[in-house]
Amino acid sequence: MTSIFRSRYAVGIGFLVAAVLLFAVAPAVLTTFRLGLLGKYLCYAMVAVGIGLAWGRGGMLTLGQGVFFGIGAYLMAMHLKLADAGPGAVPDFMALISSEGVPWWWEPFRSGTVTIIAILVLPTLLAVLLGQATFRRKVRGAYFAILSQALAAAFAILLIGNPVATGGSTGLNNFKGFFGFSLRDPANRQMLYFIAAAALLVMVLVARQLMVSRFGELLVACRDGEERVRFLGYDPATVKTVAFAVAAMMAGVGGALFVPIVGIISPNDVGVVPSIGLLIGVAIGGRTTLAGPVLGAIAVAWAETSLSEQFPSGWTYVQGLMFMLVVAFLPGGLASLVKWRRTAKADPPPPPAAEKDLTPEPAGGAQA
Amino acid sequence: MNTDYLELTGLTVSFDGFVAVDGVNLSVLKGDLRFLIGPNGAGKTTLIDAVSGLVQATGRAEFAGKDLLGLKVHRIARLGVGRTFQTATVFEELTVLQNLDIAAGAGRSPWTLLRKRSGVPAAVEEAMETVGLTALADTQAGILAHGQKQWLEIGMLLVQDARLLMLDEPVAGMSAEEKDETGRLLQRICADRTVVVVEHDMDFMRSFAKSVTVLHAGKVLSEGSVAEVQADPKVQEVYLGPGHHTAEEAAIVLGEGA
Repeated sequence: MTSIFRSRYAVGIGFLVAAVLLFAVAPAVLTTFRLGLLGKYLCYAMVAVGIGLAWGRGGMLTLGQGVFFGIGAYLMAMHLKLADAGPGAVPDFMALISSEGVPWWWEPFRSGTVTIIAILVLPTLLAVLLGQATFRRKVRGAYFAILSQALAAAFAILLIGNPVATGGSTGLNNFKGFFGFSLRDPANRQMLYFIAAAALLVMVLVARQLMVSRFGELLVACRDGEERVRFLGYDPATVKTVAFAVAAMMAGVGGALFVPIVGIISPNDVGVVPSIGLLIGVAIGGRTTLAGPVLGAIAVAWAETSLSEQFPSGWTYVQGLMFMLVVAFLPGGLASLVKWRRTAKADPPPPPAAEKDLTPEPAGGAQA
Repeated sequence: MNTDYLELTGLTVSFDGFVAVDGVNLSVLKGDLRFLIGPNGAGKTTLIDAVSGLVQATGRAEFAGKDLLGLKVHRIARLGVGRTFQTATVFEELTVLQNLDIAAGAGRSPWTLLRKRSGVPAAVEEAMETVGLTALADTQAGILAHGQKQWLEIGMLLVQDARLLMLDEPVAGMSAEEKDETGRLLQRICADRTVVVVEHDMDFMRSFAKSVTVLHAGKVLSEGSVAEVQADPKVQEVYLGPGHHTAEEAAIVLGEGA
């Protein structure tokens, strides 16, 4: 833990560098198209920050973040479709396949304010309910992972099964405006990128605060010795639910920003496979660290785009291989290499503490 | 507080028909250092499992006038009941200070929890002093020596403000010096607390116990001071097998004074 104090300034400097890269360098060197892609990766990175918190720090292997991502995304998409259609009118895709009009539960999302509140509240609320239902019953480890994955599967099926309300397997797309701004205008698209970058930085700050706070210590304690925490007078279910809910909120916001940036949301973006895809970046980057999940998610998404541009079918194999290699040989992710170098430099005679640092909790890995 | 004592009345724990603890009556007063001994399977650990809420039990288990049975583990802990396990379970990735700080904080407000720890709480400082780990405050608990982990656990009970401490084989695997250290530690902390120790180590028991309860097959077999228990023929029979035993034989197993 001394490394945290030692890296006190490193975190601040790293944060500044990230801000400069995101706000000054990237817009200057990237085309509008590439900047849009980066914006998309940033949305994945938001989900990753949450996963890092829930899985890396809290030991909850959540394979269903696509659900929270999807709720945020669909809420935003519904609002954009309604706003595009105009007051009281029916969105284009709905008018094509049904004459019923707009479902009642779509109506509140004509209001931008209601939509934004719902994006922040609904995923969080769902996570709180799920967390209380599962963690109180001491569902954890692989059982929790399977449960969350089943949820992602069910969510995708639900979306596909209701084409009138959700656009079915095509999803919702062809958005024209974003809160009054035209999405065709490159300046507005750049603004969206800036919003995503700012949101990500805020989330990283929130995650950092949670990690260094007493809550963060308690969360790690729950990960490593849930029973023991209980005998100290805490209810671990509450602690884990809070972390899970924060992760869900981050995923929801990521999903909501994904929609105007990418221009489409469909069950393919929220089901089982994308949910696992979100996790892979976190595992590769280093789930217990602050920057690992962010960099891992961005790197994996970037690799996916560039590789699948050249070998359309090859990506899945590369992804699977990377995941296996990291899990088998580098359970702490690439971040553990950095930590390794740092400890090797700082403490010439490495004490047993450093040895321990290199292999971040095999117990957590076994739980996964 | 004179009400700070543990009173078990007809405490019974059964697992699918097997009765592990069978109608145990037991009172331990504040200031006592009570050792629970007995052969394997006597129900010693199960008894403290029941009191701490880990297993379901019938009967009554009162501490400080409140019945503990049926309460959730963390509720019981908040009533001032703390325990350790046979294998030291500290949070290995966290430092000594962090371990103790967590133990001290069950009543903290969400606002306090969301902030970083600033400084060392007085109770934590004091507990580190008491268990002798002050110099190791920033050491990861995972690399502590076995004995130090057990002391850290006892320290965690102290900052948790446990008034009833139940320790499950605290000296198992310790060196002779570590055992002495632990015994003196227990004598220091039992003055204003109720302490129950499950132990197999007879030498340790003889050196530090204020009173002893012998369990056998889930029942209380004998109770009293160390000398009284050692002299009890029933206890000798359980430990040495049926029949008459010479004082020498008894002394080998149960120690001098039997």
